[in-house]
Amino acid sequence: MPSLGADMEAGTLQEWLVAPGDTVTRGDVIAVVETDKSAVEVECFESGTVGRLLVAPGTRVPVGAPLALIEAAGRETAARDRAAAPVEQPAAPRPRKAGQEAAPVPQPPVVHAEAGPLVRHLADERGVDLTAVHGSGPGGRITRADVEGTAHEGGRRPRATPYARRLAAELRVDLGTVRGTGRDGAVRGTDVRKAAHLRAGPAPAAAETAAPSAPARAPLPVPGRAGAAEPAAAAMRRAIGDLMSRANREIPHYYLATTIDMSAALAWLRARNRELPVGERMLPAALLLKAVATAAVEVPGLNGFWQDGGFVPGRGVHLGFVVSLRNGGLAAPVVRDADSLAPARLMTRLKDLVERARRGRLRGTEITGGTLTVSSLGDQGVEAVYGVIYPPQVALVGFGAVLERPWADHGMIGVRPVVTATLSADHRASDGAVGARFLNAVDRLLQKPENL
Amino acid sequence: MATATTTYREALREALREALSADDRVFLMGEDVGKYGGSFGVSLGLVEEFGPERVRDTPLSESAFVGTGIGAAIAGMRPVVEVMTVNFSLLALDQILNNAATLRHMSGGQLSVPVVIRMTTGAGRQLAAQHSHSLEGWYAHIPGIRVLAPATLEDARGMLAPALADPDPVVIFEHGSLYNVSGELAPVEGPLDVASAAVRRSGDDVTLLTYGGSLPKVLSAADLLAGEGISAEVVDLRSLRPLDDATIMASVARTHRAVVVDEGWRTGSLAAEVSARITEQAFYELDAPVGRVCSAEVPIPYARHLEEAALPQAEGVAAAAREAVGHRG
Amino acid sequence: MSTSHRKPAKPAHHGTHQDAAAKHHRDLLASMLLIRRFEERCVELYSAAKIRGFVHLYIGEEAVAAGVLDALGPADAVVSTYREHGHALARGVPTDAVMAEMYGKATGCSRGRGGSMHLFDTSRRFYGGNAIVGGGIPLAAGLALAEKMRGGPGAVCCFFGDGAFAEGEFHETANLAVLWGLPLLLACENNLYAMGTPLRAEHGQTDLAMRAASYGMPAWAVDGMDVLAVEDAARRAVEGIRAGHGPYFLELRTYRFRAHSMYDPDRYRDKAEVEHWRTRDPVMLLERRMRSAGELDDASYAELDRRCTDEVDRAVAAAEAAPVEPVGDLLRYVGTVPGDLPEAR
Repeated sequence: MPSLGADMEAGTLQEWLVAPGDTVTRGDVIAVVETDKSAVEVECFESGTVGRLLVAPGTRVPVGAPLALIEAAGRETAARDRAAAPVEQPAAPRPRKAGQEAAPVPQPPVVHAEAGPLVRHLADERGVDLTAVHGSGPGGRITRADVEGTAHEGGRRPRATPYARRLAAELRVDLGTVRGTGRDGAVRGTDVRKAAHLRAGPAPAAAETAAPSAPARAPLPVPGRAGAAEPAAAAMRRAIGDLMSRANREIPHYYLATTIDMSAALAWLRARNRELPVGERMLPAALLLKAVATAAVEVPGLNGFWQDGGFVPGRGVHLGFVVSLRNGGLAAPVVRDADSLAPARLMTRLKDLVERARRGRLRGTEITGGTLTVSSLGDQGVEAVYGVIYPPQVALVGFGAVLERPWADHGMIGVRPVVTATLSADHRASDGAVGARFLNAVDRLLQKPENL
Repeated sequence: MATATTTYREALREALREALSADDRVFLMGEDVGKYGGSFGVSLGLVEEFGPERVRDTPLSESAFVGTGIGAAIAGMRPVVEVMTVNFSLLALDQILNNAATLRHMSGGQLSVPVVIRMTTGAGRQLAAQHSHSLEGWYAHIPGIRVLAPATLEDARGMLAPALADPDPVVIFEHGSLYNVSGELAPVEGPLDVASAAVRRSGDDVTLLTYGGSLPKVLSAADLLAGEGISAEVVDLRSLRPLDDATIMASVARTHRAVVVDEGWRTGSLAAEVSARITEQAFYELDAPVGRVCSAEVPIPYARHLEEAALPQAEGVAAAAREAVGHRG
Repeated sequence: MSTSHRKPAKPAHHGTHQDAAAKHHRDLLASMLLIRRFEERCVELYSAAKIRGFVHLYIGEEAVAAGVLDALGPADAVVSTYREHGHALARGVPTDAVMAEMYGKATGCSRGRGGSMHLFDTSRRFYGGNAIVGGGIPLAAGLALAEKMRGGPGAVCCFFGDGAFAEGEFHETANLAVLWGLPLLLACENNLYAMGTPLRAEHGQTDLAMRAASYGMPAWAVDGMDVLAVEDAARRAVEGIRAGHGPYFLELRTYRFRAHSMYDPDRYRDKAEVEHWRTRDPVMLLERRMRSAGELDDASYAELDRRCTDEVDRAVAAAEAAPVEPVGDLLRYVGTVPGDLPEAR
């Protein structure tokens, strides 16, 4: 059981995506785990053949417990032997570190079909899964037209009723894998239930091999009634509560705020968006995140962790972005190396992460390893966010809504779009002057968006 | 207490008799409500019992007598105004919309208009295009009035008293095809709740929402469907304004499919309003598009076969339900 | 004599019949003058965009409101039209409340929901300006029916114009009121124009009183510029109504000196025609009569005028300073039933 967050102590295996005998490659998604916060896909960090599945779906096991055996080059190894080390300090930042060591960079899924770099890039931009695209080029090569066609027909968006979509999210069923029996092949509620039922079917056989010490817990998806979501929501509430209580207890927060003139940033966005297809247009969030990431490089005291009584700078700027989930609760997917991404690319990453966070389809590595978190409640209409730091990080940047406000500039008053940027920072790791430099840098960077 | 066999017409009359006996401020007025007994026989015998002052025949002047009812209500009386059919009520629409529904607001809350306006609605009796329309949806559009549609004997008997107790105007639609419906009716026990929709039949697979004269057809459709293994829930809206969203959404949340059956024309209908609300409030419960079965968009024709073809019928309702559930054929 | 309408000038007079007549004339003059000054101020305020909407001025027709309403008591009810500032003021609706309503303020007599065309004051049984031509007539019949059924002594006065006489609602109600013997005074203000359409272009038979009589009720044509004639006719009609003779009809022949509304460029009337009618200005006619009878001199007229002007000034100042209804109260007064407003869920 991988550690999928600093606060994670145990997880419930929801679903196996592989069966014994399957060949797996490093980076493949092999299972779905339900944490207190969300359902997360578990990647495999070994290549080989799946041997025994040790944990049955619906079983809750502590972080570090082996989930399955993978036979690599003819020998059977525990897939998780490194993480299977004694699970001491479950709430400490250690598991995060372990995760970073195990998988510093998430590997893209292996593409078996032939596709050139341009096509790969396009597929990435449009969110098209190349393994699912039928190549029409010479030798089955995937062409640009194939990707565009797939993106156009909504390849990633199966036709499904609103109820089926909701149910699929609740039961953690991937709609793309469900055969629809509705009109024009639309996936309906009953199809999702059937898929969830089939998935849960083979569980008992494997359950016998599960570690007997694993604390028993009722499998989360109780098919059929809306009440099923409640225990999960309550557990998430508790997890958030625990983590935030800890943050408030342990971290001496200080808070700074500054109001930033967004005229230049918005003008640049408008101009840029005119050149972009509708689906790729950027929101101000892309620029705000990029400015934060760049400022974090310029003013290093805020990007990293408080560990063992000292500040440990992050390796790279990996920005967590707080997403509020539809059924309540939060997720903070991480945009890795945000400082090196162009705003448009950052926007694409952000859109993808937010969408999957809302569907409960984030991978483990995508919610760990953040070095600095950004919380934007602008879409909720508030002016400023004074957030609680996500331990062991040492700072959280908040953004309110971009609002029109009277603004004095060179003795003249005009109406400008402005945003309030706030910084919550750990006084053990930095002082107000550092925070002020940081916010000033964010402001300055946003005045020259073309350089971002 | 024992139930008694009665008809929808008799139940309405009994309610009027009770109201006239209970409160001196109540009086009935309308065209031929006296000696004639009401054009559909609802008030038969009441003029003999209560006299011509309180069971008042009016000239054929809908605007004048509906407006007079409104004026009397403002002055503290509790008039029950009978308009022969909803088509004729258009002659009094000025009074209903521009006076009854607006006076409270326009006077900054100084006036109450406790008038009850009863009218016959609906087709099914070969009365052709000027006596057969269902315009309930138009009235349900208007803020400031309550719109009720009794579809059962119990509601025919029980809706008048709470309507008279309401300080605001209430329009009650009696479907012409229901007057002769007969059945057992238990004695009245306490005031009837007129704010809620009623589940007339429970089911799991699809919610059929309807009101008034379509209720019997929809219940037949539910019987048909049951024979095919489809369990339909039938919701009688009862109050067309305000709509009881809670009951509607609770049912749709159980069945995940809805078909609205409305004798009004489809375009801009009450069915459209119900459907829109389901989409607004229960979108993530929907497992099929909301279906509508309404009257064909044609003035209701005279010839029997044409009239039947123009109206919602049990088989059409069943077909829409099958479509929603996903059974073909 | 109405106890409900204002009496701005109240010099002490005792005893003699002449004194009582003089005092009564002064009251009528005060009533008309207040309306005149109020309406003149409305022109200014409308031009200054302080008040908006359709504003229909009563200047020239003051004798009708002052005379008819003088014949009513507080137990009687009044239903009016959209040209009803004069009716409201003569009925005793406070000038402050009428002006505040024009301003759309919370202190307006309809809490800013009605405006110029919808003045209401149930405490004075003033059931509103109705802006649907003819729309108030059935309503008045209903008020009268309630009065009759309860055996009360009250009469209901319904004002409407020559335009409404062409509406079905007038004819339906006239018939019904006679049929049922309702205590209803149908007060038709014939100002010769239905908006821009002259009487002769709207009615095949322009003798409205004669046509009303055909329904079977007493109907008299009265000089609507002579307040004493109006009052006399109204008093006799109300006596008949109270005696249980059923409805009465008065055709009050009058003229508006200003356009139909503040929107109206008034292109359909001859200037000479307006000037001719101005020589029969009802305020001037009464003033002259009183002066020649020794009931009024320059000083007492100036004093009366000043009181009316001051009252309007105070009303404007109060309206300017008054609060508006909070937008949060937008959905109030639609229905008393909770849940009547789906938007308010």
